[in-house]
Parts: sequence; structure tokens; C-alpha cells
Amino acid sequence: MVFGRIDRPIIFWEDGSSIIDESVTKLKRILEGKPETAFVTEQYMKNYTTIYDMCTQKPPENYSDQLYNKFRGIFEEYAKQTVLPSIMEKHDEYMLREFSQRWDINKIMVKWLSHFFFYLDRFYTARANLPNLNKAGMTCFRDHVYESIHFNAKQVIIALIHKEREDQQIDRALLKNVLDLFVQNGMESMDRYENDFEKFFLEETTSYYSRKASSWIQADTCPEYMIKAEESLKKEKERVTHYLHSDTEPKLIKGVQDVLLVSVAKDLLEMEDSGCSALLRDDKTDDLARMYRLYHAIPKGLEPVSEAFRLHVTSEGNTLIRQAEDKATNNNVVEQDVIRRIIDLHHKYMVYVTECFQNHTLFYKALKQAFEIFCNKKVAGISSAELLAMFCDNFFKKSLNDKSNDESTIESTIENVVKLLDYISDKDHFAEFYRKKLARRLLLDRNFNDEHERTILTKLKAQFGGQFTSKMEGMLTDMQLAKEHHSGFDTYIGNSGKPKGMDFTVTVLTTGFWPSYKTSDLNLPLEMVSCIESFKAYYETKTKHRKLMLIYSLGNCHLNGRFDSKPIELIVSTYQAAVLCAFNNTERLTYQELLEQLNLGHEDLARVLHSLSCSKYKILNKEPATKTISKTDSFEFNSKFTDKLRRIRVPLPPIDDRRRVVEDVDNDRRYAIDACLVRIMKSRKVFSHQQLVSECIEQLSRMFKPDIKVIKKRIEDLIGREFLERDTENPNTYKYVA
Amino acid sequence: MRRSAASKKKSDSITTSTTDLFRSASSKATTKEMDRIDHLFNQYANISSNLIDPEGIEELCSNLEVSHTDIRILMLAWKMKAEKQGYFTQEEWRRGLKALRADTINKLKKALPELEKEVRRQSNFADFYAYAFRYCLTEEKQKSIDIETICQLLDIVMGSTFRAQVDYFVEYLKIQNDYKVINMDQWMGFYRFCNEISFPEMTEYNPELAWPLVLDSFVEWISEKEA
Repeated sequence: MVFGRIDRPIIFWEDGSSIIDESVTKLKRILEGKPETAFVTEQYMKNYTTIYDMCTQKPPENYSDQLYNKFRGIFEEYAKQTVLPSIMEKHDEYMLREFSQRWDINKIMVKWLSHFFFYLDRFYTARANLPNLNKAGMTCFRDHVYESIHFNAKQVIIALIHKEREDQQIDRALLKNVLDLFVQNGMESMDRYENDFEKFFLEETTSYYSRKASSWIQADTCPEYMIKAEESLKKEKERVTHYLHSDTEPKLIKGVQDVLLVSVAKDLLEMEDSGCSALLRDDKTDDLARMYRLYHAIPKGLEPVSEAFRLHVTSEGNTLIRQAEDKATNNNVVEQDVIRRIIDLHHKYMVYVTECFQNHTLFYKALKQAFEIFCNKKVAGISSAELLAMFCDNFFKKSLNDKSNDESTIESTIENVVKLLDYISDKDHFAEFYRKKLARRLLLDRNFNDEHERTILTKLKAQFGGQFTSKMEGMLTDMQLAKEHHSGFDTYIGNSGKPKGMDFTVTVLTTGFWPSYKTSDLNLPLEMVSCIESFKAYYETKTKHRKLMLIYSLGNCHLNGRFDSKPIELIVSTYQAAVLCAFNNTERLTYQELLEQLNLGHEDLARVLHSLSCSKYKILNKEPATKTISKTDSFEFNSKFTDKLRRIRVPLPPIDDRRRVVEDVDNDRRYAIDACLVRIMKSRKVFSHQQLVSECIEQLSRMFKPDIKVIKKRIEDLIGREFLERDTENPNTYKYVA
Repeated sequence: MRRSAASKKKSDSITTSTTDLFRSASSKATTKEMDRIDHLFNQYANISSNLIDPEGIEELCSNLEVSHTDIRILMLAWKMKAEKQGYFTQEEWRRGLKALRADTINKLKKALPELEKEVRRQSNFADFYAYAFRYCLTEEKQKSIDIETICQLLDIVMGSTFRAQVDYFVEYLKIQNDYKVINMDQWMGFYRFCNEISFPEMTEYNPELAWPLVLDSFVEWISEKEA
């Protein structure tokens, strides 16, 4: 015995080697499940110590190099002699199973032997710049087993996945293990998994679903296809959780989407009778929601869907307009429920946007564009702006009488009106029509709900700015102030000691807030003249420097008609009252006489006489008794007139001033365009033609859509008036002339 | 005339007599020239107003052997910087003829082709074109010219160089109803149009640019005609 150290004898290579071999054999048997006793601590210690000694002995008995090579050799030999053959003699699933099991065994073997050979890792492997034991062991497996097997393994795996896709059961746990094996054999990187498996898997997936897509698209309807597509995507996602690596998910999903959804998009969405348009037509909200879910993840995938949506809504809207147009030609009256129906349509498709299409901006935009198209169409020559104003007028009038309309209905109707107005480009037309009708409501109907009127103005102001509603708000304020004047006047009359005479009120309107009214220099009945004078006197005491202009065309009168059978109270306009009072002194008057006596214009007089002699209530008898008024007619008080009521309102239909409203607004627009152009040029100083035009349109878009030709004309006009000039160098540019 | 003072200013007694002689000779020549110019003026001018009036201009034209609607008369007016259509003041007459170095009718006649060349130079023509418009404004605050006059003016001023455009535009102006008068901006626009846009293709024309509206309508009318 040669003593290397004080304690222990030297272990020579052959001896040490055989001790190790013994343990390795034992280990192999254990791992292969053969009958073998387990390692006891002594054996374990012996192995460890043997190797420890062999590593720490002084050269030439330092066997670190040889031990390292032996370690590797053990694995290499095992792999070549045992492991690989055992795998290769099997097929399919059995082969996979063997592969998996051998891998597990290898892992344990590496662990155990690393423990035995541990001392090498303490100093040797690092110093010699060699892979550590674990790595060395794994690398052996990779090089001598994995490399030879992976191709076949991959084939089997893909075949199994295919089976599962065809709804057959497979051993998922096995696949998970094997794929894990692929991953781990990449050492630090994923490239083994990716190149040896994933790549092929994705290819196979693509061709699989490509075939499916082709057959489905031939045989299925769009909803059916979508359900299958959705189901497939769901299953593939599950597949990932079951046995694929999570990195594969995005690539997998994209691949499937590409074949199932992207490449067939046109055929699918445009499928006759079941595609996008058909689903919209048939209100198939579930299918549409599915379509959204499927195409949402695909870049630009939703564009064809939103386009179909836009076209559908536009056509629905156009149909509504056409129907209203047809009804109007038949009935000669434009139904105002077209507005109600547009509101309902808007509500219906807004639900689509929020629910089926998850509030996606593309669909908001599509809805907006659709509405902007048909909301700007005319119905029987009446613009939507006017129809909307008429709708509001009727709505407010009705809500006064119909108490069943609760506050929330009123609130929601008002909101719907504001929403609809947003789509109408001629907002200034709406404002003007609305203002005129508001004036009538306030002055002639008297009974108006101040709160409701203010609510809508508040909402309009919030949406379209203060300029939109300032005049109308002024009108409402005037009505409040008028009340104060009414009581003030009453007090004044009381204090003056004069007899009260007629019951009489004057409503003072601020010019500018209210629409402009034509007035005539009507010759009032005497009784009324003194009332006017006393009010003027009163008003003088309240304010100086204000001029009162009396608008008789808007006044109301209550007359007592002393007819033969019974007296009836007649509620008439001031003009009508003036005409009737003329008959207090004379039995019979001709048209000409009335014209001179009253100082009314022909148009007004004819209207008034018509309402009193040719309409529902014949207060006057006309000779000849034709249906229209002519300048040669004569009139007589009809004492025989009667009615079952004691008090009747004799309406005087208003003049149709639609054309005037449009003209007035168009004039205002010209001023607005001029002002806008000057404002822009003042700040820009120098500006090109296109820029000026587009900025002008932009600034005015809140109220109306200016015509480009009109803008050009205004620019030329401003050049003529020397507000602007063309740049001498560049005739396409304008300069501000200070 | 103060011109004599100008030529006599700072007559240095030390300067040689030859220059002196020369100066006085040239000034004499100038004086003579001016006299002849004035003499010519008086031949056509109205005695009481001391202006050449339309009658006088007609006579002048016949002596020059040009029609009174000939563009060369207009060019002459331009050269004179004449302000009022149909009238030449003495100052304007002197200005024009001196510039043309013409003091007889014959010299004036001979000067006309040269004048025309000068006016037709690119650098001058735009100015001349604008002048032609202003020349036709007869009232004080007048800013535009009636269609009929415009049509005549176009023919005179642009007829020889842009025959087709002028003919078409004149036809258009006569049948349309939107415009009763044409202003300076529109007038100049037409000049630009003739120079920049190929005719009758008009492919470069873009109504979205700052062309006057009347030209937009004109182009539209032509396209409709062709269709």
C-alpha cells in the first residue's frame, strides 16, 4: 500500500473505476425498474468518497480529467447501447412513451450521478472551462438520443394532434411531457422546440384549417361558418393550455385566424343571403356580435363589417324618407312621425353599436355617416331641419295637454332631438324655424311650459354653443319680464283713477331676440285706440329712449258676438277683431270699403275675410258665396250664426313663410361667411385659397355646411370691397388688406 | 414750359464752348421737337377744351391709317398714360410722342410697329392689359365694366393672340345670366387663364384653386358643350 495521505490509501484508476461501474450498473437497474435493492447510505458515501479522493489525489494519481470523461462516457454509452435502441424499436405512441420515459430516467440518472461526481463541479469543471455535470449529462442525451429521435417524434405528435382535432381522444399528458422534453433539450433557448416541432406544427395547422375553410365556405351559411371558426379558435387555445408551450399561442391563433377568417373574409362577409348585410337586415344580433368578436382581433378586419353596417343603416334611413315622401304625395300633408321614426331607428342601431359592436369607434363613425346622409334629405320639399322644428313644436304643444307624458319621456325626447340635430348640417335653418315656432307658442298659445322650453335650450346650448340659443333664451326672458309689466300696468291704471275700460295686456318684446314681423298700420277700432295710448303712457314712465312698435298681427282679442240665438264669445286675432268691429256701425261692407277703412294690405285682408266667411265658422256672410275672396265681394254680419259652444276660437292660419325663412337664413349665411373669412385673414395675414376655404368650412360647420361656390363668391366680393387682395407673385394666395 | 430752365441750369462759363453749343443745339432741337409735337396736338385738339376729344382721335386714326378700335391706339394711350377714355390731354400727348420720338404724323405712324413690339413684351403686356381695363372705367367710383364693353375690349386686346379663348369666353359671357359686369380681378383672371391653361383641353384647370368663379362656370360650360 502506498500512502498518499495520512488517512487513506491511494485509489488507483482501475479500482476506482470499477467501484463506480458497479454503482452505475446498480443505478441503471433501479431506474429501469428491475429488481434491485436501493442504495444505502454507506454505498452512497463510498461512491462519493472514491471520487473525492480520485479528484484530490496528487498527480499522477489525480484522475479529474479521466473522471469527467468517464462521466460523459457513461451517458454516451448508455444512450447508444440502451436508450436509443429501446426507443427506436417502438412506433407511434409507444415510441413517444418510451422516449418520454427514457428522458425522465435520464434526468434522474443525471441527478444521481452528479451527486456522485459532485466534487468535479466544485473546482474542476469551472477551472477547466467545461460544462458542468448536469449540462454534460443533458447534452449527452441531446446529442445521442434526442437528435436521432426528434424528427419521428414530431411526426407522431402531429399525427396525434390531428387525431384530436378530428375529435378523438389522445393522451394529453404524454404530449405535454414530450413537448416539455423538446423545450428542455434546447438548453437555455427555445430553438429546439421552435425548429424541431413548432414550425411543423404551425404549417400543419395552417393546411388543416385551410382545407376546413374551403369546405365550410362552400357548404355553410355565414353564421354557421362563424360558429365553427369560433369553436376552432377556442379549441386551439385550449390545446395550448393542455400541452403546447405558451409561446406558441399567439403564432397559432394568428395562423388559424389567417386561414379561417382573413383569407375568406370577402366570401364570408359578402355571402349571399347570410352575410353581413343579410344579418343586419334580419336583426341577427348574436351572429353580428360573433362576427365582431372574430374580426376584432384582425387588423383592418372590421372595416368591411362597419362598411356593411353603414350601408345598411343608410338604406334603412333612405327607406324611411321615401315612405314619408310617398305618404306626403298621397295625403298632401307631411307626416311628422317621420322624425319619431328616425329617432327610433337611431335608437335601434345605437344599441347595435354599444352591444354587438362593443362601442367600437369604427361603428360610431359608420352610424354617424349613415345618418348624416339621409338626415339631410328633404321630404316633399320640406327640409329635415324644418321637420325637426315642427316635431318639437307639436311635441311641446301636446305635452301641455297630455299629462301622461312624464318628465323622463320629455327629457329623453329632448335629448333625442339634440342628437338628431347633430346629424343635420343646416343647423341654422333649424334654429330659425324653431325660433319662429317658439314665438307663436309663446305669444299665441300663452300656455307654455317655461321649464320644458328652457330644458331644450340648455341642451342645445351645451351641444352647439351659446350663440345658437341666445336669441331664444332672450325670448323666454322677455315673457317673464312681460308678466311684470302686466301687473305694473294694471297698478298704473288703477292708480290713474281712469275707468279701466277694456281688459287689455301688452307684451313687450325685445327686437332682435324675436323673429322680425311685418306689421301694418292698422286702423284700430276706437275702443282699442285709447288702450294703446294708455299703455304707451305707462311705458314712458318705466323706460325712456325706447320706441314701441306695435305688432297687431300677433295680437289676440276676445269679442262678444251678439247673435240671434245666443251670444257667443269669439277668440280672434286683432286683425279679425278689427274687421268684425267694423260691422258694429254698418250692416254691410264691401271689400274695397274694408280695405280703406282698415288700412290693411290685400294679402292680409283676404286671409282675414276668408277665415271669417269661408271657413269653419261663418261669422260673416259673403256675397257671392264663393269659396275664395275676391276684390268685388261684399260682406254682411251673419246674425244667424250659432254654435253649440259658448266660446269659440276662430283661427287665422299663418302665412306660409317657409321660403322667407330659408331666404333669411341664406342671407345670414352670407354675412357669416364674410365675417368668418375676414376673421381668418385678419389673423393669418397671408393664406392660400384652399387653406382659407377649408378653414372657413371648418369654423362654420357647427351651424351649417357652406357651399364652396358661395365661399368663392364671397371671397371675390371681399376682394372687390378691398378687404383682401390677391398676392401679385402667387395668384392662389390672398393677403389681408388692413 | 420749364424745360428751358432745365437745360440751362448750371451753365458753367468755364465749360468749353463746344459743349455749350451742343447743349444749346440739342435743347433747341428738343424745343423744336416739342414745338412740333404741340403743333401736332393742336391739329387734333378741340380749341375750347384744349383736349383731343373723340372726334379728334378719329381723325388721328384715319391719318395714322388705323381703325379707332385698333389695339395700337390703345397701346398709344398706354404709352401716353392717358387717363380718360376718348381724350388725350396735352401733357399726355407730349409724354407719349416724346417717348416715341415722333413729332410728325409719319414718324408716329412709323413708330407704331415698334410700340406694339414693346407692349407685347411679356414684362409689359400684363401692365397693358390691366391698363386697358382701367381705361374703360368712365365714372368716378366705377369698379366694373358691363359685359358688352368687356367683350369688345377682349377682342381688341387679346383677340390676335388668344383668338379661341376670346371667342369662347365672349360667347359664354353673352349667354350667361349670373354676371352683368366684370371687375378687375375677373379681368386679370382671364389673362392668367389664357397664359397658363392649354386650350381647349384645359386639363390643368382646377376649380378648387383661386380662379374667379366666372371662369369656373366658363370652364364648366365648355365641358358641357363638348359632352
